[in-house]
Amino acid sequence: MSVILQTSDLWRTFGGVAAVAGVDFELREGELRCLIGANGAGKSTFFKMLTGQLKPTSGRITLYGKDITRLPSFAIARMGVGIKTQVPNLFNGLSVHENLMVAARFGMSAREAADAVDAMLERIQMASQARLPVGSLAHGHRQWVELGMILINDPRLVLLDEPAAGMTAGEVERTIALLEGMRGKRSFIIVEHDMHFIRRIAERVTVFHRGRVLVEDTMDEVVRNTEVRDAYLGSAGTKRAAT
Amino acid sequence: MRELFRPAFWASAIAALVLIMGIPMVSEVYTLYNLTVFAVLAMLALSLGLVWGIGGILALGQSAFFGIGAYVYALLSVNLGDSTLAVPAAMAAPLVVAVLVGYFTFFGRISDVYFAVISLTIPLILLSLINSASGPAYQFGKAHLGGYNGIPAVPPLNMPFDPSAVLSFEGMYYVAAMALLAVYLILRVLVASRFGRVVQAVRENELRAELLGYDARYYKLGVFCIGAAIAGLAGAFYAAWGASVGPTVFSLAFTAQAVVWVLFGGLGTLLGPIVGCFLVQGLSTWLGSVSRVSPEIALGLLFIVAVLLVPNGIVPSIRDRIRSRLARVHGGRP
Repeated sequence: MSVILQTSDLWRTFGGVAAVAGVDFELREGELRCLIGANGAGKSTFFKMLTGQLKPTSGRITLYGKDITRLPSFAIARMGVGIKTQVPNLFNGLSVHENLMVAARFGMSAREAADAVDAMLERIQMASQARLPVGSLAHGHRQWVELGMILINDPRLVLLDEPAAGMTAGEVERTIALLEGMRGKRSFIIVEHDMHFIRRIAERVTVFHRGRVLVEDTMDEVVRNTEVRDAYLGSAGTKRAAT
Repeated sequence: MRELFRPAFWASAIAALVLIMGIPMVSEVYTLYNLTVFAVLAMLALSLGLVWGIGGILALGQSAFFGIGAYVYALLSVNLGDSTLAVPAAMAAPLVVAVLVGYFTFFGRISDVYFAVISLTIPLILLSLINSASGPAYQFGKAHLGGYNGIPAVPPLNMPFDPSAVLSFEGMYYVAAMALLAVYLILRVLVASRFGRVVQAVRENELRAELLGYDARYYKLGVFCIGAAIAGLAGAFYAAWGASVGPTVFSLAFTAQAVVWVLFGGLGTLLGPIVGCFLVQGLSTWLGSVSRVSPEIALGLLFIVAVLLVPNGIVPSIRDRIRSRLARVHGGRP
């Protein structure tokens, strides 16, 4: 499978402190990659640079062979990239239906969008809440609405920052099922802290530590890696990941 | 376009039309004279309601576009002796200014608060400029800017390309009221369109809109320019109605008035600014005729009461009350 996303010697510094320090990264077509690391490891900064929310201090990002290093978020999204941020980013004053409609209308006619919204409401099991303002929803449901908004335009590459954060165990299972259903059909980069979630979905895992890529391997190999254990998981984390 | 197929849209349009046509039959000349200027000012309120309430752009200096429209109309109509080209020019001039201001602020990623301050400085700069623009150096053809005295003897509206067919006093009322209705209905369609939905989405969360692929800057610029053109049209009618225009249209008091109308009527709605303008101006005019009551004190007290009782504005408060009553009647289904 061909490489669709690549970063070369990517740096981002804040007042002399390097949050991301020379990261080389590759994602292949159809791959589902998880990014893990302790707080402050640089994964969210890396994610924000991939999505155009932050501009790198130096280095290069290419997507489908095109240099996107300095492109704004909307231009990256237009290349078929679905982006979910760490904190649910929704149109709080609008209803669930309207949120999905705004997302769908980016690439569809009004009639196509209406059908797509109805289908997505069923898919995320929120048809009964369609007319509620998203500002009144619980955190887990807000996460689902955002996932629906991202997936409704059928993106080729999906970038998710902590998609399971704040969800109940049942909601996490539904999220896993949703992602499993799309495995191989789209490419994913998922930043996540929930080791149970990662263990269930990850093919390959990239471990960030102090702004650099510490290890890049399968989940089994990552939890066995002593460097990772020392830097991030610890013995308790190893036990948690193994269960 | 779906808005055009809604019965409620046409029902409200017909009701407003009947009201507009019926008022001259029961009103005195003085009332009609006041209603004409209220309709003109309501267009300014509507333009601010669109830009601020729908677009989320706090354009504190919206009256600058109104003033530019008024001055452009006055200069052209005095020189041409015909209002036909002066009215579209009065819309085009603020539009051009809005494109320039909007381009440098929205594309320069100026934050909302700074934008509000920048927009407020525009009428104040124009006020200072116009106040000092007196004397022969500021003559444009037959028209003098006139400094703080403004431009007198501005021609009224006339039938297109027929300067001899000047609109009567009643005709001016119909033009102003129908223009207000037309602008309101067009904006309702616009707000319900894809453009309008995205504008509201940008207002709610600019980052999310951009992460979906929308370039928020163009949508903000678009709604800002539409608002400027509407304010310019209102300015032209204002100059035609009053037969003069002065620099007070750029004053802080005039700018603040538009903000009050929108807040009083209800931010985030199109009807609210119109209702707010008519109520506040109507009350202000009535209080002015009652010699024993100070209009400023009475209006100040009214605003305090309004903020306490209907903090979201009159129209949203009434709408929410009707909705909750309907929800009770239909067993929880609004």
